[in-house]
Amino acid sequence: MSKIRCAMIGSGNIGTDLMYKLKRSGVLEPVWMVGIDPKSEGLARARKEGLKTTHEGVDGLLPHIEDDDVRIAFDATSAYVHADNYARLKSKGVKVIDLTPAAIGPLCVPPVNMAEALKRGADNVNMVTCGGQATIPMVHAVSRVSPGAYGEIVATIASRSAGPGTRKNIDEFTRTTARAIEKVGGVERGKAIIILNPAEPPILMRDTVHVLLKAAPDAATRDAIADSVRAMEREVQTYVPGYRVKEGPVFDDRRVSIFLEVRGRGDYLPEYAGNLDIMTAAATRAAQLFAEEMLEKV
Amino acid sequence: MSDNTPSVTLHDMSLRDGMHSVRHQFTLQQMKELAAALDAAKVPLIEVTHGDGLSGGSVNYGFPRHADRDYLEAVVPIVKHAKVSVLLLPGIGTIEDLKMVEDLGVHTVRVATHCTEADVGEQHIRYAASRGFDTVGFLMMSHMVGPEKILQQAKLFVDYGANCVYMTDSAGHMLPEDVGEKIALLRAELPAGVEIGFHGHHNLAMGVANSVAAVRAGANRIDGSVAGFGAGAGNTPLEVFAAVADLYGFDLRGVDLDALMAAAEDVAVPIMSHFDALPRISREALILGYAGVYSSFLLHARRAERKHGVNAIEILKELGRRKTVGGQEDMIEDVALEMKRATQEVDA
Repeated sequence: MSKIRCAMIGSGNIGTDLMYKLKRSGVLEPVWMVGIDPKSEGLARARKEGLKTTHEGVDGLLPHIEDDDVRIAFDATSAYVHADNYARLKSKGVKVIDLTPAAIGPLCVPPVNMAEALKRGADNVNMVTCGGQATIPMVHAVSRVSPGAYGEIVATIASRSAGPGTRKNIDEFTRTTARAIEKVGGVERGKAIIILNPAEPPILMRDTVHVLLKAAPDAATRDAIADSVRAMEREVQTYVPGYRVKEGPVFDDRRVSIFLEVRGRGDYLPEYAGNLDIMTAAATRAAQLFAEEMLEKV
Repeated sequence: MSDNTPSVTLHDMSLRDGMHSVRHQFTLQQMKELAAALDAAKVPLIEVTHGDGLSGGSVNYGFPRHADRDYLEAVVPIVKHAKVSVLLLPGIGTIEDLKMVEDLGVHTVRVATHCTEADVGEQHIRYAASRGFDTVGFLMMSHMVGPEKILQQAKLFVDYGANCVYMTDSAGHMLPEDVGEKIALLRAELPAGVEIGFHGHHNLAMGVANSVAAVRAGANRIDGSVAGFGAGAGNTPLEVFAAVADLYGFDLRGVDLDALMAAAEDVAVPIMSHFDALPRISREALILGYAGVYSSFLLHARRAERKHGVNAIEILKELGRRKTVGGQEDMIEDVALEMKRATQEVDA
């Protein structure tokens, strides 16, 4: 079976980790890596893996899109250039997975709403934030059983896994995640908190999810929530094997709390950086769903 | 008064750090009474915010009785002498919160980060400085790293535009020699125009001694709370520090000690009694200081003990071993559940 061919825009840590994940995929094939620095380590690695590369940004890729049949592009650059990248890629009919905070397309958490994005014919989906990818499946797992008035997540990541972009604009994380808790998680009001912990050796990513239900759940509802949480855990594990519910769900009147841990796969990024891994894994998952649809239409 | 008499600006924390002790449940009236008493004592600066800063209201930290804005609107108009500050922890609050307080007459914005993560406060400090606030960078849990790291992080705050940098002993773990060494390095290396502050907690009863050490090493802003109203065993008791500072001959810029003692005894203590929140170096508070754990974890650990039947002392010790930082209140229930499970597995 032929695979759907992909390009990575941005040759940093995220782009490089994506390349290794795509190489394992049965339906996706990484063929281009796009950077802006000829001396970039990511471009060198990509060449070693047999990919074509350019250091001239998206302009360097555009003339080759038809010949190389690139159908999906991952944008791991920055919010500032994403709109421009998207406009050019769209003109060539390429679907775009946006890993920047630009969020032009619908916010996407694959096990919750990727099917809906496909149904609506989206050609650009945004991968929210690392904290959002880790926690929103669980907000949804609770709220699909019993309506939530409020959802709150606390994402704690190792200091070493927070790059300069995240640090310079930490409000972006707080705002985008809170919005996605509401829109994708399905609760009326969302709040997101992020904490950086510098302990050595670096801590694994851990996340806490609190949902305040509209009414205190009875025993049957509590059981249904617990089942829903387990089912969602298994679903996320299909693309993030190191994802686990550490404790919970804990029930306390209207409050439901779930404690999570995310161990990365260690493809290119270290295992403790579960926060980065879950972004690239979710993006790969979204691309896979795009690809399966493309292959069905053939 | 000689030129080398240290001049110290006192900054009262009872309406912010004290929020931790009352689970963020101050009434507007209680806030106003305490603010008026502090104002009468000529305290130059008082902080009014949720215990965990602007937008701290949450399941994780506790929902407050009133919004930050309501508390500020109650306090700012009634103080004649004192200026009002707000606290912001990047990752919890955002620049929108700073915009929200801009029209409320707030004088000082303090941006707090863990002592190794100053760069997450860049956008907030730049914004506050650009809007003309007295802008403070606040390095929490400063016992966890050495003087050079504190200096490097403090320099980042200064580069972003802070006119004052704080070394914060959030766990009440530091000893006077450590405080003196770190503050002296800051004073020697930071530009003369940058103020230096110290925020202590009293978990090991060192709040006053540490604050004196800070001033002698070059700090000129000192945080404390009347009657120690604050997290853990409380903040540096402000009226006690004021008395000691007077004996040392520090210039407290007109603070009225008698009125400050009255604010502590006649206003703060009855409010704390009302909430059953009189600060004391309880066994748990002592462990916070001894193990180097964030002071506001205290009440959350007691709650986890009640709900899950795991000893609060053991929870706090474990949190110390895991090098948790400020804001990681969610780890308390997580660790309690893990310890409970471990006990059950041994029993089984």
